[in-house]
Amino acid sequence: MSQDLLNKVSEKLNTQFGADVLLAELLYDFPMFTIHHHKIHDVLSFLKNDEELNFHFLTDLTAMQTEDEKHLGVIYHLHNMMKNYRVRVKTFVDMSHPDVPTATDLWPGANWMERESYDFFGVKFKGHPNLKRILNVEEMDIFPLRKEYPLEDQSRDDKSDKMFGR
Amino acid sequence: MSKKETNTNSTVEEKEYSILNLGPTHPATHGIFQNVLKMDGETIIEATPTVGYIHRAFEKLAERRPYAQITPITDRLNYCSSPINNMGWHMTVEKLLKIELPKRAEYLRVIIMELSRIADHIICNTVIAVDTGAATGYFYMFQWREKVYDIFENICGARLTTNICRIGGFEKEWTKKVWDLIDEFLQGFPSALKEFTALVERNKIFMDRTVNVGPISAEMALSYSFTGPNLRAAGVDYDVRVANPYSSYQDFEFIIPVGQSGDTYDRFMVRQQEMWESLSIIKQAIKKLPEGPCRADVPDFFLPPKDQVYNNMEALIYHFKIVMGETDIPKGEVYHAVEGGNGELGFYLISDGGRTPYRLHFRRPCFIYYQAYPEMIKGIMLSDAIITMSSMNVIAGELDA
Repeated sequence: MSQDLLNKVSEKLNTQFGADVLLAELLYDFPMFTIHHHKIHDVLSFLKNDEELNFHFLTDLTAMQTEDEKHLGVIYHLHNMMKNYRVRVKTFVDMSHPDVPTATDLWPGANWMERESYDFFGVKFKGHPNLKRILNVEEMDIFPLRKEYPLEDQSRDDKSDKMFGR
Repeated sequence: MSKKETNTNSTVEEKEYSILNLGPTHPATHGIFQNVLKMDGETIIEATPTVGYIHRAFEKLAERRPYAQITPITDRLNYCSSPINNMGWHMTVEKLLKIELPKRAEYLRVIIMELSRIADHIICNTVIAVDTGAATGYFYMFQWREKVYDIFENICGARLTTNICRIGGFEKEWTKKVWDLIDEFLQGFPSALKEFTALVERNKIFMDRTVNVGPISAEMALSYSFTGPNLRAAGVDYDVRVANPYSSYQDFEFIIPVGQSGDTYDRFMVRQQEMWESLSIIKQAIKKLPEGPCRADVPDFFLPPKDQVYNNMEALIYHFKIVMGETDIPKGEVYHAVEGGNGELGFYLISDGGRTPYRLHFRRPCFIYYQAYPEMIKGIMLSDAIITMSSMNVIAGELDA
């Protein structure tokens, strides 16, 4: 079922967007697509409005930082409730220009989720109506979930990365 | 006489609005969040919510904790139904590690999850009644919530923030006391719920206060990513337990109650009906409960028995390794969702092979649907806005993470 969905969606995306679909894979039985950040809004809009796929529901939107600490990723979980299709769409941007077009025009519910991602990682959602911090204080000048801000005191060596198998 | 006045031929006085701070610690908000309201008399013109007062950076904390130590963090999301959060987290890890649970463990989990759903809905629905002035039901029904907590206490030792169950199943079989308490609950609760129903459901005052208050259409609820009872009240029959069954939910017969207009009354009624459905699921689970072990064979996550730890070197080493989280975790990415008290509670976990998650994101239904609140209360009275908020069941812990 998930394999079929992966094939179906990647076929449609490939004909429509070609090389901008960087990766299509099945991870733990969940179809996942990595899209070039220039085309992410078009892809989301296509997935939402395509008659057959109709991913009308934005389940989740969140951000992450890549392991090289040079890129930020934005992850969308989309859902078609009628056919019970779920896909994950990812896009990566450079940390020096973390600009991603907003999805609030497609789903108003993306508003706070994008604010949260901005608050934690500093992803700048272009066109967002009210992009400011939501959970942290407005005066905060860092993006706390980035890996450059470790949780523990730097002088402690009992909780260094090697203690966690990395 | 100015130009404007000659044009309109009458003097238009500029309206004066008052600004009202609702919260952060207002008793009627049932949690710590603030709404700055622009009021015209008693009517709300505009609302600006501020959240984050009890933000505890769970997602950051989780990046420095071995998997078993993250369970207590999940307790504190929606603390009205902590066991559902705990199980959701365990199932996420089990999905990542590809652990298959024996049927018995899954059924036992279902019993706990449905009990906590009842406890969650008791709080929400009785609080709606309190906000309309019916405090009796609240005190009366809370005795039954206590009885649910007695059951949890006898299983795991804790009542509110439970840290119940383990990755891979239960650490031990339930005692006879637990089953007695569950029986007692199943015997007594239906009549209490019936009394509460009789007190409130067709009550004139209650209906006048709730029908057509804070409605939301199905389209708008979907576009705002609503899930759970709030979405179902608007008429969309989406329930994670049916759409993507987990923990053997496909083995049970139950209906998904839906509302029509998505107003406060519908949200209340959906929760009422869900309590009956939960009772029926618990009864089915007890009736069909299979024999067998109550946990999967995953020695990496279960502490060896104490007598071995004290007398046997290997057992002591393993005990230490498990407590320190020295467990091999595969690389991977999973998303797992459970039907929480408030909707689809999702866990998005990225593992880089370390002992702690590389990134863990909680999809918190409260946080997502609370952003529709300003739109829902536009143009209604302050007292109706309060009751709309109670009926949405916004839990500060889940909202702020």
